[in-house]
Amino acid sequence: MDYLTWASKIDVCIFTAEMTFFTHFGSYLLFIKGMFSKPEKLSVYIDRTITEMNNIGVGSLSIVVIIAIFQGAVTTLQIAYQLISPLISKPVIGSIVSDSSMLELAPTITCLVLAGKVGSHIASEIGTMRVSEQIDALEVMGINSSGYLALPKIIAGLIMIPALVIISIFLSNVGGIIAGEASGILTSQEYLQGARESFLPYNLFFALVKAVTYAFIITTVSSFQGYTTNGGALEVGASSTKAVVYSAVAILFSDYLLAQLML
Amino acid sequence: MIELKDVRKSFNGEEVLKGISTKFETGKVNLVIGSSGHGKSVMMKCMVGLLTPTSGNVFYDDRDFTNLEYSKVREVRKEIGMLFQGTALFDSLTIEENVEFTLKMFTKMSKAERRDRVDFCLEQVDMPGINDKYPSEISGGMQKRVGIARAIALDIKYLLCDEPNSGLDPVTSRLIDELLQSITEEFNITTIINTHDMKTVFDIGDDVIFIYQGYNGWTGKVKDIKHSDNETLKRFIQASQFD
Repeated sequence: MDYLTWASKIDVCIFTAEMTFFTHFGSYLLFIKGMFSKPEKLSVYIDRTITEMNNIGVGSLSIVVIIAIFQGAVTTLQIAYQLISPLISKPVIGSIVSDSSMLELAPTITCLVLAGKVGSHIASEIGTMRVSEQIDALEVMGINSSGYLALPKIIAGLIMIPALVIISIFLSNVGGIIAGEASGILTSQEYLQGARESFLPYNLFFALVKAVTYAFIITTVSSFQGYTTNGGALEVGASSTKAVVYSAVAILFSDYLLAQLML
Repeated sequence: MIELKDVRKSFNGEEVLKGISTKFETGKVNLVIGSSGHGKSVMMKCMVGLLTPTSGNVFYDDRDFTNLEYSKVREVRKEIGMLFQGTALFDSLTIEENVEFTLKMFTKMSKAERRDRVDFCLEQVDMPGINDKYPSEISGGMQKRVGIARAIALDIKYLLCDEPNSGLDPVTSRLIDELLQSITEEFNITTIINTHDMKTVFDIGDDVIFIYQGYNGWTGKVKDIKHSDNETLKRFIQASQFD
């Protein structure tokens, strides 16, 4: 009897969680659909997109540079530690670091960090506008508030995040070369020889597909969380946290899905 | 003219607006009075479409606002100026950019023309020379006046104000009242003000609707309000020390 009661309670919980998920996912899709109406004035949207490109791209450059260099350096040292064998040539280390940077580390780690930096900024900015009635003011003026606020951020993200990922791939290799030279594990010529020999243009394409997918996830999920904020300052903080957590989970899920589909 | 026909609004099964029907005439200062939590702000939000009424209709000069397509709703909204309780100025924009916002979005005015219009609107609210300041750099009363300037930047037909005097000192409150009255007369617009400040009612009001527990408790002219035999309205006025 007890077992049945608990089983039915678990069933109800699962059903409620499923319904909540689908309700939120449906609202998220409607939010995205709502953005795509004719812009009130294209020049204003272009100006806003350029501003957002500066915020997202230039504003995140320093953190991306630091992460990419250390990521490449640490990966080089760890690969070298695991591949100590006279049978393995040193350029192999360069090829492994280069490939893993391109396929996984640069796009995924960079975008997880950007989910924190860019995502929380977007959610808190839009969330604050929601709770201070600024979004209501936009609507009353006859402006499509979701399009005006979120669309420039999404377009800016789709342009700048892949650019940051390319920079990250390049700097990962720079970090790898510096670490190899500094520790005496391999020379820069050996590193570059390995990287050149294993380079496949498809891997770069795969990295860019990932970057575009993650950029869409970060900007849309964060905009949606900010836009649907309800309440006051506390709720803005909660929305910001949710934006980061949901973006990170969606990035990891889509990472697996893309690897399964494209590799 | 704005007309409400049997407007109802419920939240989670609880009815907040219980069938409001009324008319707000053009060229008049129409006041909506009532205690906090009785549905004044909800009614105003239903009127501009920020909330969708559960049933009933809102008409803007015979246009059924509640049943218009979203693109047409946006067209009507260009004729509406709204002053929010918390002003809702865009805090990332300067005062000039705030007032200029709708002009930039909806007109083909040149930068110089827009600047002239901004200066005109700021002069109307007696706030010249603050173009380059940000909303956080000016006082609450000044923010309210900038909010009015932003609302009248386009040639609006309807001005809706949600508690324009809240949080202001008596002197600034009177200034805001006089400003709203003069704008209504000068531009011949339909002005609706949500308030529980009875001094505003007697100073600038033409027509009054009293909202009580979501119902239309009383409708009439300001001059008749003191002679009303409506007990709840009498209590409301007595509590405001205007009996």
